[in-house]
Amino acid sequence: MATTPDPMTTRLEGEAPEITVSLDILKRGAFTSPVIVAVCAVFAGLDGVWSALYAVALVLLNFFFAAGLVALTARISLGLMMGAVLFGYLARLGLIFLAVILVRDASWISLPALGFTIIVTHLGLLVWEMRYVAASLAFPALKPRKP
Amino acid sequence: MEALAALAALTGDEAKAASAAGSAGFAYGLAAIGPGIGIGYLVGKSVEAMARQPEAAGMVRTTMFLGIAFTEALALIGFVVFILIGL
Repeated sequence: MATTPDPMTTRLEGEAPEITVSLDILKRGAFTSPVIVAVCAVFAGLDGVWSALYAVALVLLNFFFAAGLVALTARISLGLMMGAVLFGYLARLGLIFLAVILVRDASWISLPALGFTIIVTHLGLLVWEMRYVAASLAFPALKPRKP
Repeated sequence: MEALAALAALTGDEAKAASAAGSAGFAYGLAAIGPGIGIGYLVGKSVEAMARQPEAAGMVRTTMFLGIAFTEALALIGFVVFILIGL
């Protein structure tokens, strides 16, 4: 009778797909940030520009930290990866909270622009990446390869 | 008790601002619970799948990472509501 391997001792070696996905999101974020910054500039002026840039940086760093944590801990143990993802979620929310609290009274911050950019960038980049990932998983032959 | 007495001493706009900040903090806390449960369930099932079928780990990890990020968006929406109402 086959037994399920113990997740506490199972580890995953090799390439980390999360890093690839997060680098892809970073790249797409670099393309889209000028549009978001321009929209915020129209509605909130120069404060909107700085707030949008700050929010885009927060979102991209958040993606990168999440991916790094999964990639790092998956090499050690799947159980550790699960713990790291859960506590990492709390830690990242705390860091975002801290990052916003620190600048909330700054003269250059516009809170509506910051909030709008955080949500739109996070969801927009994810949906864009998901379309690409879904197409690659469903039709692996169409997945772009390096020449 | 002192805090309650201080709250009772507030009037008008101060009381409104204090209750808005309190409610916003409470809403943010509630908004973070749901995604926490969701991420726990999602990662638990993914770990189970990867332990059973390590050859499919790459696909599972990619999907899991996107799932985590989507679930986290709920908490971020709660956070944005908090910063817009409470700060």
